[in-house]
Amino acid sequence: MEQLKTIGRELTMGSQGGFGQSKEFLDLVKSIGEARSKAEEDRIVLREIETLKRRLLEPDIPKRKMKEYIIRLLYVEMLGHDASFGYIHAVKMTHDDALPLKRTGYLAVTLFLSDDHDLIILIVNTIQKDLRSDNYLVVCAALNAVCKLINDETIPAVLPQVVELLGHSKEAVRKKAVMALHRFYQKSPGAVSHLVSNFRKRLCDNDPGVMGASLCPLFDLVTIDAKSYKDLVSSFVSILKQVAERRLPKSYDYHQMPAPFIQVKLLKILALLGSGDKQASESMYTVLGDIIRKSDSSTNIGNAVLYECICCVASIHPNPKLLESAADVIAKFLKSDSHNLKYMGIDALGRLIKLSPQIAEQHQLAVIDCLEDPDDTLKRKTFELLYKMTKSSNVEVIVDRMVDYMISISDDHYKTYIASRCVELAEQFAPSNHWFIQTMNKVFEHAGDLVNIKVAHNLMRLIAEGFGEDDDATDSQLRSSAVESYLRIIGEPKLPSMFLQVICWVLGEYGTADGKHSASYISGKLCDIAEAYSNDETVKAYAISALMKIYAFEVAAGRKVDMLPECQSFIEELLASHSTDLQQRAYELQAVVGLDAQAVQAILPRDTRCEEIEVDKDLSFLNGYVDQAIEKGAQPYIAEDERNGMGNVSNLRSQDQHESIQHGLRFEAYELPKPPMQSKVDPVSSTDVVPVPEALSYRETHPISSVGSTSEAGSSELKLRLDGVQKKWGRPTYSTPTSSTTNSPSEKPANGASHVDSATASYSKSRDSQNTKKTEIDPEKQKLAASLFGGSSQPERRSSTGHKASRSSGGAADGSRGSKAVEKTIQQPPPPDLLDFSDEPTVTSALPSVDPFKQLEGLLDSSMSSTTNHNAGTATIAPDIMSLYGDSTASQDSLDIFHGLSTEPTGATSGETTVTTLPQSVKGPNAKDALEKDALVRQMGVNPTSQNPNLFRDLLG
Amino acid sequence: MVHIHFVLLISRQGKVRLTKCSEILSRGPKLCNFVEWRGFKVVYKRYASLYFCICNDQDDNELETLSIIHHYVETLDRYFGSVCELDLIFNFHKAYFILDEILLAGEMQETSKRTTLRLIAAQEELLEAAKEEASSLSSIIAQATK
Repeated sequence: MEQLKTIGRELTMGSQGGFGQSKEFLDLVKSIGEARSKAEEDRIVLREIETLKRRLLEPDIPKRKMKEYIIRLLYVEMLGHDASFGYIHAVKMTHDDALPLKRTGYLAVTLFLSDDHDLIILIVNTIQKDLRSDNYLVVCAALNAVCKLINDETIPAVLPQVVELLGHSKEAVRKKAVMALHRFYQKSPGAVSHLVSNFRKRLCDNDPGVMGASLCPLFDLVTIDAKSYKDLVSSFVSILKQVAERRLPKSYDYHQMPAPFIQVKLLKILALLGSGDKQASESMYTVLGDIIRKSDSSTNIGNAVLYECICCVASIHPNPKLLESAADVIAKFLKSDSHNLKYMGIDALGRLIKLSPQIAEQHQLAVIDCLEDPDDTLKRKTFELLYKMTKSSNVEVIVDRMVDYMISISDDHYKTYIASRCVELAEQFAPSNHWFIQTMNKVFEHAGDLVNIKVAHNLMRLIAEGFGEDDDATDSQLRSSAVESYLRIIGEPKLPSMFLQVICWVLGEYGTADGKHSASYISGKLCDIAEAYSNDETVKAYAISALMKIYAFEVAAGRKVDMLPECQSFIEELLASHSTDLQQRAYELQAVVGLDAQAVQAILPRDTRCEEIEVDKDLSFLNGYVDQAIEKGAQPYIAEDERNGMGNVSNLRSQDQHESIQHGLRFEAYELPKPPMQSKVDPVSSTDVVPVPEALSYRETHPISSVGSTSEAGSSELKLRLDGVQKKWGRPTYSTPTSSTTNSPSEKPANGASHVDSATASYSKSRDSQNTKKTEIDPEKQKLAASLFGGSSQPERRSSTGHKASRSSGGAADGSRGSKAVEKTIQQPPPPDLLDFSDEPTVTSALPSVDPFKQLEGLLDSSMSSTTNHNAGTATIAPDIMSLYGDSTASQDSLDIFHGLSTEPTGATSGETTVTTLPQSVKGPNAKDALEKDALVRQMGVNPTSQNPNLFRDLLG
Repeated sequence: MVHIHFVLLISRQGKVRLTKCSEILSRGPKLCNFVEWRGFKVVYKRYASLYFCICNDQDDNELETLSIIHHYVETLDRYFGSVCELDLIFNFHKAYFILDEILLAGEMQETSKRTTLRLIAAQEELLEAAKEEASSLSSIIAQATK
């Protein structure tokens, strides 16, 4: 009723338009609401900006008017336009004595200004004054602003006052002071490090709000240094216990849960404190168990607390009982129809999987459901889980799936991410070189320009070095297979530049190595690439270098070089290129081809990519030449500093000065510090006749320099990485072509027709709804499950030792394992349920498997269409109030579904039933409110979103 | 804790209704997904024709965030009395004030609806008083500071 009064009060102020704003503002909002396009909206806002600029220049603006202008400025800014011309007025308003104006001023500045804005300095003074105010509301407003606007430079100006306010008599002030101090801590930990003990003190505040607020900074502190806060474990545990026992005031309850937000915070802190600490963990077990038992899994917030419990259980020293109940909760999540809960379930599974791997096996089918779900978010989360559980036995399935998914998405950010995941997994667990190269090809082909250039370098390096160890035969086989696959891929249209670079390099290096392909064939292909991507200079540079190698190998082998006409013209084109780099490469090629076999062999020996190149940094081999020259009367070399007569000035300085003398002004970016070895290490410069210009090789990302750093001498970082890879790579993990045999059929569902998906979805549905777990589970999916989760069933695991022994002996064992997996999958679906699921469940389950959000939209749309139908009879443009009201009742049920879903997602699985359970009278008085509001708004002729008749419904119902 | 980077209200037509950021806001006009977004998570919920979006850290509890949204909407509902989009359009500064009481510095500051509303009401009383006696603002301050 009180609310009604407020509304009433608002209504009586009708002269102003009812919402407390002037007609002008209402018109603005109205016209923006009705704008059909962004362009139209922009025009309106620009006009408003002009109006405001004019108005703000008027002298003696009444304060109330000014307040409205400021709010309109906010509106303008909110719509993405620049309102900076009015900032100063907002700043002025913070100086006002009247709280409502001051508060609006503060609101405006917190939204307008970032903490490094010049105007802040004008506000700090006001804030200081306000923090000293007797009116606690003024202090609160100032503290709000402090949280947003104070930066590390201005912290000292307000810090003493904020600390003082921690002991203020009003809890609202204490709470905000805690938050402000926390903010300071985040911005500049050093400035307030001596004050962190205050947070401990506030933990014991009598006001639960202040206590709850103090948990935020404590969480940060514990994250950084858990050890110093171990003494608080018992306090946190006892607070959590009291909260769970409903000792806090009722007003902290939320959906019948006792202070759930505080519970979540506490659980997060306990998770940190209990991590790796058996003793601390043991003191938490009881309360955790209690909370898991008590939490209401029918509300969002209940599930949030449950999820947090799982995270905590997964983080602290493991307790079998708790793990078990956590697993139960996960099962509930995964079986739920709500995608949110499934998502949480998958995430929780990922956390628990490290502790108890078998739990993933329990849920393998649910996981696969999620993987095949059309909901992208869920799918991505599931990939995240798979990433965590990848082993050498299932890497092929997982990476294949990832690659397929990567190909299907268009969001570059995520594509990059998943591509790097694929690469990482492939590098770590690849069962065979061939598979690795195939996988990398796919990644490069579809996400080539998105992956890190290092990945390309790694791949080239790997092909060059092979897998080290013993036999060259495997290595050359690997190279040949790479060459073959690249020759096949070249034909594809529009390959990414980076992939082409790899291809060119490999073709140049190994294209003719096995004698299968002639030099002219390979060089023709290289020219094709250069021609097809003629505006990509990097690719051209790679191509010409590759050509040079091919010809050099020919010359060295004593064969006559027969240059194809297209190669000839390509070289000629580059000889006249604008790029000095390309030109130089072309000239080098010409020079090399003209030399005799012996010289060429010395310049470009075959297959020496992996040999270290000795670099003589002092150029000592030139000493003889220099001495000779000096003897002949040449001037000895004088070092640069000495030349400039500033030998004792520090090196850096002199360099700078020298630069400035030369250029006057520098426009280019400063060079990166030169790594010691860099310039000479570049393999191209050492093997080529003329060294590549140094500047090019400094930055690794520079396109041209990447030619050089391809393999051996590359950069030391590459080396580091690959060492790790090789270790994981070698024979030990090579053991599993087995999985590939079992997996091959399971790849089908990935690219299978959509009907497979729907079928699987319906199966899972029927499983859930009927509580009969395993009826007819899609065999495809089971195979996939088997390949992902490896041996899950008991007999399989028992026999696994036997396999290990037999694995090395080869194919026969593999075959038997494959058949076993199949056997297993056939066994699993246990039998005969009385019900026949084949047709009916598929119909009913189609609905719940849809994304809940989409579903809501669907419902709303249908309600919309029903309302428009209603309106169709009457006047559609300005329907009278009664018909509107009629509409709202007519579509009441569809909106109630909304309500049902929004409050208790799990309860709302079948929309229709909740409709009836939610009595309309719940919102009884509100309906009237809404009606009045409607009427009022209509009277004013404001109808901001006339396309949407649902506008006037209140948000909750 | 839930580190909230920004809150965004978007109408069904993609119109921005309210933004509050504690970090730098990249203002994408139609940014309403329930997705992981550049290393953050955007959690959204739709009420009638409004989307409420909250962007927070990767490892935050989405269900909690969802509940925060709901908590905010419930608080708005109590304040406005069956809140509707129009309330938020015309009184978006009030929606901000309420949000400021619930979230501060990117964290949940107050979890009790009643406490939040009491504080708002205390401010509001002044506001109302100010409206009624628009001419004598100073006297109100005197009154309030007594």
